[in-house]
Amino acid sequence: MFPTPIEKRSHNRQILYKVFVPIALLIWLLPLIAIFLTSIRSAADINTGNVFGWPNEFQMVQNYIDVFRNSQASIYFLNSIKITVPTVIISVALACLAGYALAIYRFRAALPLFFIFVAGNFVPFQILMVPVRDLSVKTGLYDTVTGLVLFHAAFQTGFCTLFMRNFIKALPFDLVESARIEGVDEFKIFWFVVLPLVRPAVAALSVLIFTFVWNDFFWATVLTQGEASKPITAGVRALNGQFVSQWHLVSAASLMAAVPPVAMFFLMQRHFIAGLTLGAVK
Amino acid sequence: MSSTKAASQRASRQRMAPWIFLAPAMIFFTIYVIAPIFQSMLYSFYAWDGIGVPEWIGVANYGELIEDERFYISLKNNLLWLILYMLAVPAGLFVALFLNQNIWGMRFYKSMFFFPFVISQVVVGLIFTWFYNPNYGIIGEIWQFFGATPPSILGDENLVTYGIIAAGLWPQIAYCMILYLTGLNNVSADQIEAGRLDGARGWRMLRYVILPQLWPATFLAVVVTVIGALRSFDMIAIMTQGGPWGSSNVLSYFMYETALSEYGFRMGYGSSIAVILFFIMLFFISYFLWVMYQDERRG
Repeated sequence: MFPTPIEKRSHNRQILYKVFVPIALLIWLLPLIAIFLTSIRSAADINTGNVFGWPNEFQMVQNYIDVFRNSQASIYFLNSIKITVPTVIISVALACLAGYALAIYRFRAALPLFFIFVAGNFVPFQILMVPVRDLSVKTGLYDTVTGLVLFHAAFQTGFCTLFMRNFIKALPFDLVESARIEGVDEFKIFWFVVLPLVRPAVAALSVLIFTFVWNDFFWATVLTQGEASKPITAGVRALNGQFVSQWHLVSAASLMAAVPPVAMFFLMQRHFIAGLTLGAVK
Repeated sequence: MSSTKAASQRASRQRMAPWIFLAPAMIFFTIYVIAPIFQSMLYSFYAWDGIGVPEWIGVANYGELIEDERFYISLKNNLLWLILYMLAVPAGLFVALFLNQNIWGMRFYKSMFFFPFVISQVVVGLIFTWFYNPNYGIIGEIWQFFGATPPSILGDENLVTYGIIAAGLWPQIAYCMILYLTGLNNVSADQIEAGRLDGARGWRMLRYVILPQLWPATFLAVVVTVIGALRSFDMIAIMTQGGPWGSSNVLSYFMYETALSEYGFRMGYGSSIAVILFFIMLFFISYFLWVMYQDERRG
């Protein structure tokens, strides 16, 4: 197929390709199509074992309303927003500052510090689990939204700093240099010269971090207990236990959990992909 | 005199400035990431239930671990994950090559192929749990279509890990695909033309002209796949909780189970598992950093 452009292939080949791509996509997304069809079924379908066939009845609105009426789903959903939005703001802000320092200033510790942020971002969560949980219990942050925000913000700072530092490093250094000659204060250079230039990076990071934190399950299980602070990922799991074999409701809840990151991705697609592939194209 | 004073003031401000910019991130990162690594190492020498007073027991946790069968099952499964998860890299390349064309609606197709990566692994795990259900799932339907008795993939200790890895590959292939698609965007047309003049086509074109230029994408794909494999937790927690009888356990879930689930709050023992997992990961992290360091020195 590659690298010959399809336009240069024979007419039959082109048609074959154009037919095959949607079929391949359909097979690829079969799991999602199945869960969507399940989410609009009636309970009767599930009970009679008609799980993959054509639905007897379409109950899209009904099922989605039922999830919110009969469970804590709306609280979980709200918690996810309360956890994710502040995390994105804090970690991106910290990383802008740190990334600026590591990219612009020449000092000995710059590279080792940079590598510590990078390495920290790769460590397995389990090595942090016991101490972080313990710290949260001791400071009264266990089972609170704030506790999750602080941890996520700190952890994501590693990745964000890696990202911002590489982005700022690629900016023309002359801009900073000439501002310095003019006698502009260091912080003002950051604020008025560099920050306006890093907006695309901030956008890319924000959507990525939003998705990572929204989809987090591990810390949601480790740092929360009750309903009051559980985000939607942990909530969906709880619902799976609560609505045993009421798959139409569980799948509706699962799809609800997927909506915000998916919407974010489609709205900011270019930024999202630029964020993920940073470094792959250098 | 006063101008040199001003200059030296400015120089000292410039020396101080990076530390002021760095301080907030460093403080956060130290409290929640750096310090806990060392604390966990320390805890691994204690017997501790998380509430009472920790008791120093030296390397006893590690001694117990060496004799714990569950540890070896987890280690073996981690290895399986590492090897089989790597399939996401060539599979992602394959999908990317397949989609690297300009037909009407291609942008839409590409983003739809990426879809599985955007949704939570919790949701992916739930979907596949239903798929694998021998009574209701699509696997059951397929087997019955051929008149066979469907296997219970998640209930069979010989199949369960493969079943979970297959589910995990779905979003991971999407991830690798997007890395390769971006890489393919930047492949130089001149070199393709030059390769073509030299008679390179098909496989030889891919091997000698395209792949070398995709090296950065490949490197990143391998990094994220290794880390994804070793971090695998969500899928296992959702699909099997390590079962049946611990046969789908991996170190990350085994650690969690030991320290925080109904099996008892053994924080010290759990920490010793975490330390082992950390050192396995550190082996890979060091290699990645080394490659990054080479890049830094060059560029």
